[in-house]
Amino acid sequence: MAHEHDHDEEHSELSETQLRVRALETILTEKGYVDPAALDLLIETYETKVGPRNGARVVAKAWSDPAYRAWLLEDANAAIASVGYAGRQGEHMVVLKNTPKRHNMVVCTLCSCYPWPVLGLPPVWYKSAPYRSRVVLEPRGVLRDFGVELPAETEIRVWDSTSEVRYLVLPLRPEGSAGLSEDALAELVTRNSMIGTGLAKRPGEPA
Amino acid sequence: MTEGAHDMGGVRGYGKVVPEPNEPMFHAEWERRAFALTLAMAKPGEWNIDMSRAARENRPPEDYLAKSYYEIWLAGLEQLMAERGLVGRDELEAGRVLRPPPPFKDRLSPEDVAQVLYRGAPTGRAPNAPARFKAGDRVRARNIAPATHTRLPRYVRGHAGVVELVHGCHVFPDSNALGAGENPQWLYTVCFDGTELWGPGADPTLKVSVDAWDAYLEPA
Repeated sequence: MAHEHDHDEEHSELSETQLRVRALETILTEKGYVDPAALDLLIETYETKVGPRNGARVVAKAWSDPAYRAWLLEDANAAIASVGYAGRQGEHMVVLKNTPKRHNMVVCTLCSCYPWPVLGLPPVWYKSAPYRSRVVLEPRGVLRDFGVELPAETEIRVWDSTSEVRYLVLPLRPEGSAGLSEDALAELVTRNSMIGTGLAKRPGEPA
Repeated sequence: MTEGAHDMGGVRGYGKVVPEPNEPMFHAEWERRAFALTLAMAKPGEWNIDMSRAARENRPPEDYLAKSYYEIWLAGLEQLMAERGLVGRDELEAGRVLRPPPPFKDRLSPEDVAQVLYRGAPTGRAPNAPARFKAGDRVRARNIAPATHTRLPRYVRGHAGVVELVHGCHVFPDSNALGAGENPQWLYTVCFDGTELWGPGADPTLKVSVDAWDAYLEPA
């Protein structure tokens, strides 16, 4: 798919799309199919409320609390709902634990399936042809695109989200994080570490 | 559709993955509105997620590949509405209402948004028969090429793997996308060795799984 970034030569086309969508919204509002206030609320929800901080909280809790971790791996829906996250595009959650021997990565080669309640809406690269085509074939090449190099003997386990089951990676807890509070741990959990294209940060490491 | 450009697993030539630092949730105002319109229109439009996916994917490769992500959403939405007579192509071109709407049941109200999102649309259904496979069973992805919507990616067809997870019965997209009923079936996570999918040159540490409905599988 084409990139969604603005390019000068595409400006006229972009504004054409802008006009088309504006006209569409007017038509749908006039016909009574949509209430613009509901649209605003949908956008606000995913721009400000639902995002990877949710997943980071789940991961930090699993790192801190062995009973919660066991529950999360056994019944992800219930364990995640207990922290307050559930619903659309996360109706059937499975959590994948990374180990020193096994690194999990998640993709949707067919479209863009992604666990919205814990990670929010997917980034452009996740929905792009390079990621979708390549991660099932050359995952280590994809990891290098993200600046990540794993030991040659680490098993790379790629999960293609072809059904309504949604996967969240439980990354390895970083070295040097002993004794940190759940809030401090959550700061180390990057979005990419929960997709599998990154690792959790070490304390003091920049984003 | 089965052989569409959306089925990208294992295709070479798309280049490097380019992460965008500090990426915003949306890259233009129209993306916000197209996203919200798509979510909101499922209620009066009464289509399901498989119909939405089929409408986005069932287009010529050059069209699919030329469009950005939300342009594909928009094209899918326009198609679903046109097919049902909710908004005609002529109205989209004119940019205004040309006909009163046909009767529809309901629309998404602001009061319902939070609850609708929190509830989601679970696809698990009560089993009507025991599962054919259990974890550890060897299975083969059938070599099929349906002309209509499917969620069995090309790169696993004909290949043998091992059942890793059994998820219960789920709505079957191939029939749900056609409006031919939910036809719930057992759903499995099936794991394939990289070398089984890509040959002896594959990364020996690679394993790839897909989620596969019963109809996609045969014993191996």
